[in-house]
Amino acid sequence: MSARLAIRTPGLGVSIQDGGRHGHRHIGVPLSGALDPVFLAAANGLLGNPADGAGLEVLLAGPLLEALDEPVRIALAGAMGARHLRIGGTSRAVPAWSTLTLQPGEQLQVGSPRGVGYIAIEGGLLTPPLLGSRSTYARAGLVHGATTLPCHAARPHTGEWQNDALRHGDGPIRVIPGPQDGHFTAAALDHFYTTPFRVTRQRDRMGLRLAGPALAHSPLGADIVSDGVTPGAIQVPADGQPILLLADCQTVGGYPKIATVIRADLPRLAHLQADDEIRFRAVDADEAAAARAALACRLADWLTRARPAPAGGDPETALLLAANLAGAAVRGDDPHLWPDETRPGT
Amino acid sequence: MHPQPRLLALGDAAFTVEFGEPAARQITPDIQARVLGLAAALAELHAAGELPGVIEWVPAFRSVTVHFDPDRCPPRHLATRLQALAAEGRQATGSGREWTIPVCFEGDFAPDLDAVAAARGLSREAVVAQLIATEFIVCMLGFLPGFPYLDGLPASLEMPRLATPRPRVPAGSVAIAGRMGAIYPWDSPGGWRLVGRSPVSLFDAHRAERPALFAPGDRVRWQAVGADALARP
Repeated sequence: MSARLAIRTPGLGVSIQDGGRHGHRHIGVPLSGALDPVFLAAANGLLGNPADGAGLEVLLAGPLLEALDEPVRIALAGAMGARHLRIGGTSRAVPAWSTLTLQPGEQLQVGSPRGVGYIAIEGGLLTPPLLGSRSTYARAGLVHGATTLPCHAARPHTGEWQNDALRHGDGPIRVIPGPQDGHFTAAALDHFYTTPFRVTRQRDRMGLRLAGPALAHSPLGADIVSDGVTPGAIQVPADGQPILLLADCQTVGGYPKIATVIRADLPRLAHLQADDEIRFRAVDADEAAAARAALACRLADWLTRARPAPAGGDPETALLLAANLAGAAVRGDDPHLWPDETRPGT
Repeated sequence: MHPQPRLLALGDAAFTVEFGEPAARQITPDIQARVLGLAAALAELHAAGELPGVIEWVPAFRSVTVHFDPDRCPPRHLATRLQALAAEGRQATGSGREWTIPVCFEGDFAPDLDAVAAARGLSREAVVAQLIATEFIVCMLGFLPGFPYLDGLPASLEMPRLATPRPRVPAGSVAIAGRMGAIYPWDSPGGWRLVGRSPVSLFDAHRAERPALFAPGDRVRWQAVGADALARP
């Protein structure tokens, strides 16, 4: 049976994301998809959905949602709680990493995540896919403007589930050197792997700018003949300050890439905040493979620890979440940070 | 004659195969033919199911980037495969489609035309005459969905990009920079010199078989039309 989820207030930095728009990068269409596919998979997993089912990604402030026509079952992942506004005027706090069911006419005010949060819907959102994906790519109009999102009605009698917070690993961000590490001096490469870099406020779904010691280019220079890029690639333009590319990045770029973050560490990048410090460590393909396997195990293990949620919610958690909602500050992120085009190779 | 193609790791889920001299800056027809040749070889193998785990490949000016799922496709195995394919030196020219694209070079639709003319010591009419006499070749699509990098602008019209990009370039803007031309498929920021406007839609996500109008290897000419032609259907 079909239901609808109405977005009553849009929040900030909220988009529809799934596993991404694969297979169209040769015509300039970015990959897109969840910045943190592991957290999206966690939210989907609490509902029994496929890992890459389309849900809502929240970067800054969560939306106010309302179920229409039929009950809608929802799961939250990430450091992001919510308040369930019931018919009759009562409400209760919903902890992160749990599911709930909205009856028709009931609303859910989702809070602000620390990092990135995900809202999954049982059965996944059913907005029409475009080029094989439901992911929003607002910059080029691949966006679903509807504020009412089609979805499945909740299956009856499945009960609610909750889990502990899923945590990503820490330590240096692991990268594979290159493909243009030869465009940097030995001193720049040494700096890159030994000094911390600070995350700046210039951060959106296309990428984030880092600040640190200027990375000097070798005589090969700061321009290359534009070639393919991918989320995780670390471009260094002439000013020597790295740009870390994320899910909505362009398909090609004209700056040398000093290194590229391995897939297993891409989800960690989604949660970086201004003034966070990060370091980089070079690994090879074998270590990257081991890291992917370890991450897959961590998610699978987490999913086995999901447990039925107590009815009515936990009063202590409720207090914490009320504080989270009250503290929903908005960061001054600039949506137009990326005026650079790739350069013609001349 | 030809240096060996180079295989570069782009993280743990992509390889870039690069052709030509490492320090080369010019795109030659020969290198583009090798890029398109490798892309054609990949397309055939993929269609035959012989590239398991390979998701997509992106031809660029002098390279092809191959994106793959490293858990389905051992990177070392793919690296060997790609190196062998690239070393075959196959050449292709793409579909050979030829396009004549209507462009209005008048008034406010060509805000940088006077500046280009002045910088190159030409009249506005002479610049337009050179633009419509040029046969461009689509080198690659990128920057935005369907955005074509058109090689072939004569040296007499070569101009650097604007020092400060415009925050908003209207969709349909026809532009030049360096030795390249382009048409903006979408409103976007942009630093190229705007010399005209076209009503042609370069990208339609609902045109499922062919969302981007152009493909690498296509030949493109611009044809001057009046402002009345810009009324989009």
